[in-house]
Amino acid sequence: MKLRKISAIFFYLLFSSAALTSCKEDSDMQPKVGTLDVAIDHVVGTATLALNTGSYATPAGDQFTVSTFKYYLSNFTLKKADGTTHLVPESYYLVDEAVPASKTFTLSGIPAGDYTSLSFTIGVDSARNVAGAQTGALDPQKNMFWSWNTGYIFTKLEGTSPQAPNTALVFHIGGFKAPHNTIRTISPSLKGATIQVQGTQTPTLHLKADVLKMFTGPTTVRFTQLYNTMGGANSVVVADNQAAGMFVVDYVHAN
Amino acid sequence: MARYSWIALRCAIALASFFLVGCNKEGTSPAWEVPGATVPANFPAPVYAAAQNPPTREAYELGRTLFYDTRLSRTGAVSCGSCHQQSGAFANADHRLSQGVEGRLGARNAPALQNLRWKTSLLWDGGATHIETMPLAPITDPREMDETLDNVLQKLNADPAYQQRFAQVYGERPITSYQFLRTLAQFTAALTSANSRYDHYVRHEANGALSAAELRGLATARQKCAPCHGGELFTDESFRNNGLDATFPADSGRAHITGRPQDAGRFKVPSLRNVALTAPYMHDGRFHTLAQVLNHYASDMVDSPTLDAQFRRPNGRLGISLSEQEKSDLVAFLHTLTDSAFLADARLAE
Repeated sequence: MKLRKISAIFFYLLFSSAALTSCKEDSDMQPKVGTLDVAIDHVVGTATLALNTGSYATPAGDQFTVSTFKYYLSNFTLKKADGTTHLVPESYYLVDEAVPASKTFTLSGIPAGDYTSLSFTIGVDSARNVAGAQTGALDPQKNMFWSWNTGYIFTKLEGTSPQAPNTALVFHIGGFKAPHNTIRTISPSLKGATIQVQGTQTPTLHLKADVLKMFTGPTTVRFTQLYNTMGGANSVVVADNQAAGMFVVDYVHAN
Repeated sequence: MARYSWIALRCAIALASFFLVGCNKEGTSPAWEVPGATVPANFPAPVYAAAQNPPTREAYELGRTLFYDTRLSRTGAVSCGSCHQQSGAFANADHRLSQGVEGRLGARNAPALQNLRWKTSLLWDGGATHIETMPLAPITDPREMDETLDNVLQKLNADPAYQQRFAQVYGERPITSYQFLRTLAQFTAALTSANSRYDHYVRHEANGALSAAELRGLATARQKCAPCHGGELFTDESFRNNGLDATFPADSGRAHITGRPQDAGRFKVPSLRNVALTAPYMHDGRFHTLAQVLNHYASDMVDSPTLDAQFRRPNGRLGISLSEQEKSDLVAFLHTLTDSAFLADARLAE
């Protein structure tokens, strides 16, 4: 009996001191951090993207279907009104229409605060293209890696079009070396919204990725002429289109 | 009493045989260490330092098993070692072009695998930029091993011996592409050739005597083969057009990677180390002897817009001015770059 009492007191002291320690760490030692969810919708103009079954047309009048649509987003950076920025470390994501779960992901370890803009890269930074064996989203097993000419395929769109010479569309956008660098870092407008990162709630950033914007923008892509690219000058053309407005913020959900 | 002495005798035998086995192991490899784990005294700092993938015996030996495993190919007939043989400095002796699955011919001559830690890029066109991811090129090339990374990992994960050895190194299962590529690099990074007679000479070690002809050849090489084949690695890792052809319809070399017309016909400058053993020569294996190679540089060069400026002489001629004496001295010197210890190192063998 006596022993049990002593041990109860002992445990009480132990836990209360642990609780005190952690309170102190929270308030004084470590800044508060929170998370931000990102959810992406894939659309073709006003329509929702449907692999294989959906039939679409570019504004120029070329018809097409899509069998594969996947791309890398990386290096998410959040910026406060006072100009301070936070780069989310190791933020590499492979978003694949065929894998619904890949269209939502969580950025964590973000210092608490109100963020008024964000940026991210469509693709993978040049350093990580040449850094050897990788894990996670960058695992070469994802079939987004060129072995004979080292580097990641940043965006892979495959499908068909009656306008293409052999009806096949193959858009493998990648390459990180000048003059054929296709890395594009963009900062889509939050439309006046603020991303409030706190410990207690998880805001969600809803992005829309429009497939059509690969073929419109600075250069109109016609499938009679451009239907197959795997890096090089034509991939740069598509990357410039992508950077010009493929990703827009739909809305920011506060919690 | 008799029983106890019988037990004592058996214990003694057991102990003795234990020590004998121990002695025997020590005897074959005194102080076993992973080859190439230390930087040779006359070499520059490596690009892929040992610290990036710290060598251990288990990982190294597992990498060696992978290198010689034909299951990395689709048909189970071709391993890395098929085209990269130790006796030829891990090049493919007597094969003009590499031969892949089902007898398919590759586009180029299999290069020697040596001193890869110091390479800023790999393959004749430099298309592979990292020693760890480079093997994905031959594994997936239809003319070489014609296999997928997925299938390779499936095969490895289906093999209990591989499962156990990988788990021993990495402490987790299943075998991943990261583990596979890092392990293979443990072996390829270890292929260090730095003990030729030339190395002993330059490091003032025993067995480093060079003959008068070899010394003249060394002086000629330093004067006329540098900067391309300069330095202790005998390559500057650059891409150059050395006047083999006037046009490059079948293989544009470096331009295939960069897409730039000024890179047409440029190929990686290979090292001269072990060059006496790596015939045939050039990216397409067109020359069979060192004499043919030297004649090419001295008098048989072909002009093209991207021909390297090193080969345009003030008198309007192309190539390198070499007398017959200089050629024979060069051939003598090039043989001093043969590293017999590397070619015979049992730790590198299948």
